Amino acid sequence: MLLGLLLAVALIVPLLGQPYYTRLVARMAIFGIAALSLDLLVGYAGLVSFGHAAFFGIGVYCAGLLPMMGVQQVWVIVPVAMLVAALYGALSGLISLRASGLYFIFITLAFAEIVFYIAQGLRMLGGDDGFRLPAPTLLPGGASLANPVVLAYTMLAALVLAVWVARRLSESHFGQVVVAARDNETRLRAMGLSPYPYRLALYMIASALCALAGVGFANLVEYASPASMSWVVSGEFLFMVILGSAATIVGPVLGAVVFVGLEQLLSAVTEHWLFWLGIVLVLRVLLLRQGIHGLLAGGGQR
Amino acid sequence: MTAGLVLEQAFNGLQFGMVLFLMAVGVTLAFGVMNLINLAHGSMLMLGAYFIAAAAQKITAYPLAFVAALMLTAVAAVLLEVVVMRPLYRMGHLDQVLATFGVSIAVNEAVIMVWGREAMFVAPPDWLDGTVALTETISYPLYRLAITAVAALAGLALWLLLARTRLGMRIRAGAENGDIVGALGVNVRLLFIGVFVISSLLAALGGVMLGPLIAVQSGMGDPLLILALAVVVIGGVGSLKGALVASLAVGLIDTFGRMIWPQWLGDVVGNIVANASVYILMALVIAVRPSGLYGNHAA
Repeated sequence: MLLGLLLAVALIVPLLGQPYYTRLVARMAIFGIAALSLDLLVGYAGLVSFGHAAFFGIGVYCAGLLPMMGVQQVWVIVPVAMLVAALYGALSGLISLRASGLYFIFITLAFAEIVFYIAQGLRMLGGDDGFRLPAPTLLPGGASLANPVVLAYTMLAALVLAVWVARRLSESHFGQVVVAARDNETRLRAMGLSPYPYRLALYMIASALCALAGVGFANLVEYASPASMSWVVSGEFLFMVILGSAATIVGPVLGAVVFVGLEQLLSAVTEHWLFWLGIVLVLRVLLLRQGIHGLLAGGGQR
Repeated sequence: MTAGLVLEQAFNGLQFGMVLFLMAVGVTLAFGVMNLINLAHGSMLMLGAYFIAAAAQKITAYPLAFVAALMLTAVAAVLLEVVVMRPLYRMGHLDQVLATFGVSIAVNEAVIMVWGREAMFVAPPDWLDGTVALTETISYPLYRLAITAVAALAGLALWLLLARTRLGMRIRAGAENGDIVGALGVNVRLLFIGVFVISSLLAALGGVMLGPLIAVQSGMGDPLLILALAVVVIGGVGSLKGALVASLAVGLIDTFGRMIWPQWLGDVVGNIVANASVYILMALVIAVRPSGLYGNHAA
């Protein structure tokens, strides 16, 4: 199986002692978790969020702020980050999920912009420039996530866990209701089930999962800045999900791997790699259409 | 805060609101008529600003440079419509978001490839360089007044076009049901190109006029696009009246907010609230009316 093969390669790479490739693996795993969490919304629930980077950024800032208060343990930082993200997910989801289609896309963007401006406005934390992580996150036993090998293996383990959770979730009664709400909301309502609480719960889970990726990212770049939650990052997450085809669990992880690879490859070849990335994105939508159709049934069609 | 200062800020807010309106109206038209979510709309504003900056270096007469910039944007808009946008009209929202997001990334980088990373500056025309006395003590830049006036005229022209001409009738009919308009013998392809070019020109007009006020650089249209999206959602997608009301409200709230909130809430919190106020307003509107102020159907 493809994912197993990828994992095997990913597990071997850090042993080669090449920091660049080890960090690349960590990066792929981190964005894999983020894309997977967004896929729960986009693929399974048909909720196209254009503000998912907010939760990523919340994770990044928690990993940066807690060490300032002398807290470095992963078993404090990760739960706090996930809790804060889930709370903001609940707060914003309560309002966003009342809207649908186009309105949902833009309202999620608005909630992400609010978090972005909060981070940007915190001048004691460097404002727009952000700040360097005062200290890395520590695993039980004292291993530091500043070590690329430790980080890569930790994030790979987190990714495997996330895939397992996502799979269990999609097979559960809960997951089936969410998919049913995407496919035919009217019928679901006729059966006496309101999709709202299910969607809200899913929104909180996806938010928390993305914050986990954010904690990893902060340790990877050893930096926290508002750029990590800009609307461009939200767009890139969506790109990863769609690149690998949504609602498949394997897809978004694959998408993240290809996206990170593409990013590295293009930026090595040309200074203007963003131009080509944009072109690839357009071509993906216009020419490689398999696996996308029917995705937005329910929310997307007028 | 003096009455004069309030008056000055009101003019600023009005001017900002009208520029937002030029952006928002294009977003709402493209969605209303072609069912297209266009995240590349900020790129058209940016292109307008770059084109006037480039044109002003070659052409000294401002009106000529102005026209040249708009014509260049129109050419870019036609190319974009034919190559990328047209196939998107029939696709889902997610595809549209991704493809137009891709276009905006590519265009942002393309202007760097052509004009470099350094910001460009444009001078306003000499004959608009003066100030107008609002009160005995306070004077206001003539150029900013001109922006407000031109934007208002453009809005009026658009309204006349939509309400009083045959083309406008077809556009409105296209918004209701494109297939039937096509069956009645109207060339829908051409109609859609027309709407896309009009939308793009309105955004470019905003960019051309903002050129002398803000630095012309890559990505300059993006914050305005996001604000315009907020305007469209607040006003109700597809509603021109909603776009106008929400633009002016957002322009004034944003401008006055930057003055008032930091005074009330202190520097840090005040600045955050001032920056985020439009989005907080948007969340409040959606909480009360999930399809905006004047939107009557879920989009």
